[in-house]
Amino acid sequence: MFPDLKEIGDKITQNDVWKSIFRHRYEDTSRNRTLQVLSNVWLHIHPPAVTKGSINISFTWCLGGLTFFVFLFETLTGVLLMFYYTPDVNRAYADMLDLSNNAIPLGRLLRNTHRWAGHAMVITVCFHMLRVFLTGSYKAPRQFNWVVGVILLVLTLLLSFTGYLLPWDQLGYWAITVGTNMAGATPFAGYQGPFAELFGFTIDNDIRFGLLGGTSIQAPALLRAYVWHCIGLPALAGGLMMLHFWRIRKDGFSGQL
Amino acid sequence: MANPEATMLRPEPKQTLTGPEKIHTWPHLVAKEFLCALLFLVVILLYSYYVDAPLRELANPGEPENPAKAPWYFLGLQEELVYFDPWFAGVVLPSLIIIGLMFIPYIDFNPKGNGYYTFGERKFAVTTFSFGFLLWYVLIIMGVYCRGPFWAWFWPWEKWTLAFPTPPPLWSLPAPVGVLLLLAYFGLGTWLPARRWKDFYQRLGPVKYGVTMFLLLTMTGTILKMGLRLGLNVKYVLQTPWFNI
Repeated sequence: MFPDLKEIGDKITQNDVWKSIFRHRYEDTSRNRTLQVLSNVWLHIHPPAVTKGSINISFTWCLGGLTFFVFLFETLTGVLLMFYYTPDVNRAYADMLDLSNNAIPLGRLLRNTHRWAGHAMVITVCFHMLRVFLTGSYKAPRQFNWVVGVILLVLTLLLSFTGYLLPWDQLGYWAITVGTNMAGATPFAGYQGPFAELFGFTIDNDIRFGLLGGTSIQAPALLRAYVWHCIGLPALAGGLMMLHFWRIRKDGFSGQL
Repeated sequence: MANPEATMLRPEPKQTLTGPEKIHTWPHLVAKEFLCALLFLVVILLYSYYVDAPLRELANPGEPENPAKAPWYFLGLQEELVYFDPWFAGVVLPSLIIIGLMFIPYIDFNPKGNGYYTFGERKFAVTTFSFGFLLWYVLIIMGVYCRGPFWAWFWPWEKWTLAFPTPPPLWSLPAPVGVLLLLAYFGLGTWLPARRWKDFYQRLGPVKYGVTMFLLLTMTGTILKMGLRLGLNVKYVLQTPWFNI
């Protein structure tokens, strides 16, 4: 004698507690499909219906959505890494060794995925831009959203760049040295740049000094990279992503075929 | 308190006879997003299981890496350091790239090709952008795979050594020649196409046309300067007491 599944299902779903959480039933009807999106805070980033051509994989290559997913993935793995990493020049490298040697359970996988996904995000965001360009999706009325996208591209590069220093190894240290020395060459505002003397910029008050918190890469630079990497840049990027997605929602997806 | 039943009275997606066909986001789009995310997770987990993220020795400010390479996505700019001073390669050039990218929607007057892939309807735009995109990655590949100690050129299959030949001496153009050359390049480079493609110029107007050509000529100029440096050993086209180009 099998239990009556429908009866059990009704018992679970036909009560005040269930109904207080789920506002519609799941039968595959046009109305429920719409409500599935409209009554869900995370899904309602989408419009309830989209044009058929705009979601073809061969049109979008899923690159924008993928970039956002990688950002979420980086946020999750990044927060987990924050439990085990100290932005202190005397401890950072040892913490990296602990992660790499699996002294922390799954530490190696955690660090590897965070690192490689960071690179992947740079790639997906670049190719998302190429896709949007080649489909002319930046044209009216979406011009400004392209501008927001360019800022998000820059923030993605900066997110990756600030993360580069955190292991406090030779690779990151000298890469950041090369990168931040560029800031010292900024015209007018960098101590080695043209016209620096015009505004009195020297090695201890120019734009590079502001980035590093010193004249060379020491403990303050590591802390600054850490705070920008974990709080400042993700917050900025997150805020702009909301704007980016909201405008897609308002302007509609491109791709009308 | 709103009646939950009221939210169930939303209209179904509008199907007009003339407009494009619409389908429900759930499940059509959400399923694709979910599959893409899953695929990404599988790939990144497998890759991370087999390939370790790089970790070198403890940072030592007294012992520079040779070569010290920026992260790969900035190596195109670091490669440009061979041909330009840091204020241009590291600051002005990337700034122009970012600003130029932001300008694109406002200087592209062509209403065609909005929302679909096309080359025929946007020959100039697609060619220019794709070229710039490709250039960025070619420079990155040069920086990642072909640069060794002291930024000397090594093919990927060559072993890095310090016994590479001494680079030939460099020379710079005299300042007046440099000024004339730059003026001629940007002046003629802007004027001649406007004469040749009058329609293009008139549809853009002088300001948008000027911006477009400035960005385009800067991009091609960067390549020309690389040619001058690699082919004729020119260090600077323009040398002044304040800055060099």
